[in-house]
Amino acid sequence: MPVIDLANPTRFLNIVNRVLPWLIALTIILFAAGLFRAMNAPDDYQQGATVKIMFLHVPAAWLGMFGWGLMTVAALGTLVWRHPLADVAGKAAAPIGAAFTFICLVTGSLWGRPTWGTYWVWDARLTSMLVLLLLYFGVLALYWTAEEPSRGARAAAILSLVGAVNLPIIKFSVDWWNTLHQPASVFRMGGSKIDPALLTPLLIMAFAFTLLFVTLHLAVMRNEILRRRVRSMRLMQAQELAEVT
Amino acid sequence: MNLGPHADFIVAAYAITMSVVAALVAWVALDYSAQRRILGDLEERGVTRRSQRKG
Repeated sequence: MPVIDLANPTRFLNIVNRVLPWLIALTIILFAAGLFRAMNAPDDYQQGATVKIMFLHVPAAWLGMFGWGLMTVAALGTLVWRHPLADVAGKAAAPIGAAFTFICLVTGSLWGRPTWGTYWVWDARLTSMLVLLLLYFGVLALYWTAEEPSRGARAAAILSLVGAVNLPIIKFSVDWWNTLHQPASVFRMGGSKIDPALLTPLLIMAFAFTLLFVTLHLAVMRNEILRRRVRSMRLMQAQELAEVT
Repeated sequence: MNLGPHADFIVAAYAITMSVVAALVAWVALDYSAQRRILGDLEERGVTRRSQRKG
């Protein structure tokens, strides 16, 4: 089947309906394995058991940024190629990305108190992550308050493109500025600095969270397509009533 | 499993994460059933989309 066929919402819905049960099952299995490994992982020699927060915090941070990356590509699809599903994909990614960014900030704060001695500090990494959450709120507000959905979609797409500037700032903030937050320790030149006993559960949890993101994203896209069908049917109904009277 | 002196922070992090994920899943599931119900009602009343209409 050509990829372009996915542009047809009906065909897309058929595929999603077939794929979702498998994705849900795989996500549950991966979370079971990841949580088992995370709970049985050894304590860190400096942080003790609080290192277990890393298994939530790091994947949530990656997916908070991934969500905005997805919205950026979708924004290009909306503004440049006018792909029928691009706006649906962008709108569906926003609440999920915002939720993961929120989890990242809260778990980071709870990790920071016992390790740094503070819940919050206005350093570049933490502040740029907070800015990402505020940008998500902005996009959601544009989608939810626009009277005309297509106008809201264009405005949200423009904000998505502008907000993409924040992604490299988040990533390199720990290198560009003197921050309390540690520099990259998983994906870095010269290999990971994390011991395999902690790295393996982290990667399993990251994979599980990624599958959760994908599963939720497809499910929210399906809901959005159905919502647009409802809207179009109500408009047709109103038009017919107006013609009769 | 001993979570040490900072157990409260670890438990709170996992509890909040699970609550947020559960809220997301519940929202998606409820929204899906709501949209399906509304679509069903409209179709029952004979309302169709333009693309479903013949000639």
